[in-house]
Amino acid sequence: MARLLASTWRETLLVDPVSAIGKIALQRLHDLGAYGLYLYEIAKQTVQRPMRWELIFQQLEFIGNQSLNIILLTGFFTGAVFALQIGGIFQIFRAESIMGAATAKALTREMAPLMTAFLLTGRAGSAMTAEIATMRVNEQVDAMEAMAVDPINYLVVPRTIAAMMIIPLLCGVFIFIGTFGAFTMGVAVFDVDVGIFIDRIKWLVEPRDIMNGLEKAFIFSIIISTMACRYGLHASGGAKGVGRATTMSVVTTLLIILLCDVVITYVQLRL
Amino acid sequence: MGSIIEFKNVTKKFNKRAVLDHLDISIPRGKITFIVGKSGEGKSVTIKHIMGLLKPDEGRIVVNGEDITDFEDEQLREYRKKFGMLFQHAALFDSMTVGQNVIFPLKEHTNMPLAEMLKRVERVLEQVGLPNMQHKYPTELSTGEKKRVGLARALVSKPEIILYDEPTTGMDPLVSEMIDELIVHVNKEIQGITSIVISHDLKAALGTAEYIVFLYKGKVALAGSPEDFKTTKDPVVRQFFSGKVSGPMEFL
Repeated sequence: MARLLASTWRETLLVDPVSAIGKIALQRLHDLGAYGLYLYEIAKQTVQRPMRWELIFQQLEFIGNQSLNIILLTGFFTGAVFALQIGGIFQIFRAESIMGAATAKALTREMAPLMTAFLLTGRAGSAMTAEIATMRVNEQVDAMEAMAVDPINYLVVPRTIAAMMIIPLLCGVFIFIGTFGAFTMGVAVFDVDVGIFIDRIKWLVEPRDIMNGLEKAFIFSIIISTMACRYGLHASGGAKGVGRATTMSVVTTLLIILLCDVVITYVQLRL
Repeated sequence: MGSIIEFKNVTKKFNKRAVLDHLDISIPRGKITFIVGKSGEGKSVTIKHIMGLLKPDEGRIVVNGEDITDFEDEQLREYRKKFGMLFQHAALFDSMTVGQNVIFPLKEHTNMPLAEMLKRVERVLEQVGLPNMQHKYPTELSTGEKKRVGLARALVSKPEIILYDEPTTGMDPLVSEMIDELIVHVNKEIQGITSIVISHDLKAALGTAEYIVFLYKGKVALAGSPEDFKTTKDPVVRQFFSGKVSGPMEFL
C-alpha cells in the first residue's frame, strides 16, 4: 500500500527511505556506467577515420573564437579584483610586491581552469546541448542514423576534439590576461615596481603550476563537451525537452567539474 | 517477385504493453506497400524495426533473405545503406542548404568525385520537381517543398527500399495528392525499388498502394490488395475505412 501511495521519489523517500535511497544509488551507478560506455565509444571513434576536419574547425571557431571576448573580459576583471582583494591584505604586512605572484599562482592552479570551464559550460556547452537536443526532437538525429551515419561520430567526436584542443588554450589566455589585470592594479593602485612584480611571479609560479592548470582545463574540456552532447542526444519532448536538457546539462556539468576539481587537485598535490 | 521484408512472430513491448504482438508481415518486393492503422498500433515501431533502430523482444526479421535481428551496430550501419527514408516532418538539417542536405548521404558513403555528386543532386532535385533550389535553407521552404527535399535526400543514394513515415500527415489535399503522385512516380522511375508507406491516409492507401497491411492490436488484421480492402467484410477494417467512431474498434 505504501508503495502504491508513493507516487514520486520524494514521497517514496518518506515512506520507504531505505529502498528509495537504494533506487537512487542504483540509478546513479547505472548513469555512471552508461557515461563510461559513452566515453569509451567516443574514445574509440576519435581514433577512427575519417577525421572530420571541417566540423572540427567549425567547432574550434565556435568554442574558441566566439568565446575569446568573454574570456578576455572575465580574465582581466577576475585578476584585477583578486589583486585588489589580496593586495589590501598584503599591504598590512608590507608585502604588496608579491600580490601579483600570489594572484598568478591562484589563477594558474585554480581560478583560470575553473572560471574558463564555468564560462565555457555556460556559453558553448549549453549551446551544444540546445543544438543537438533540437536536432533530436526534430528527428534530425534519427535521420542521421537512418542514413547510416553514427551521431556520436558526426556530432560528438568533432565537438570533443575541438574542446580538448581549444579549452586549455583559452585557459592559458585567461591566466595571461588575469595576471595582466593584477599587474594593472598592482602598478596603478599599490604602486608596485614593474620589475619586482614580474620577478616575484617568476619566483613563485613554477612551470608545474601552469602544467597542473592546463591539465585541469583539459579534463574539464572533456567533461563539458561530452556531457553537453550526451544531454542533447537524450533529449525528448519538444521545446520543453530542449530547455530541460540544456538546464540539466549545465547544472550537472558544473557539479561534476567541481567534484573533479577536488579530486584532481588532491592528486596533483600528492604527486 | 517474392517478399523483401518478413516479420516472423515479432513481439515488441513498451512498459509491458505489447505494441507488436506476435506479428507476421510479408512485404512484397518492388511494390508500393502501405502499412495502415490507427494511432498507437505500432506502425512507426514496425518501420523502426525494419531500419534496425529497434530490436524485437521476440521473433525474427528477415530482409532480402538475411536475418537482421541480431545485427551488431557496425552491421546495421552497413545494412541501412540499402534504405532511403522520408520522415514525417522531412527532418532536414537546418544548418545546411538544400544542396548540402541532399548531397549528405553521398559524401558520407561514396568516394564519388564532387562534380558527379553535384550532378546527381541536381538530377534528383529535378525528379522531385525542385530544380535550382540547392542554395536555399530549409527555413525558406514550404512544408511540401521540405518533404520533396527529404525525398530527394532519400533517393540520392539509389536505395533498394524507400520508407515513408506518414508522408501526407498535416498536408493540404493538393500537397498530399502531389506527394502520392511522387511516390508512384518514384516507384515507376526507379526499377525494382520497394516503397513502404506508413499512413493514416485511407484515400491515398486505396489509390496509391499495390499492397496494404492493416495493423490492429499489434497484429495484422488484414493484408492484401486495395481491392481486398474495398470488398472486405471485416468489421474493424470497414469501420476504420469508413472513418466512423462507433463500431467494434477499441480506442485507447
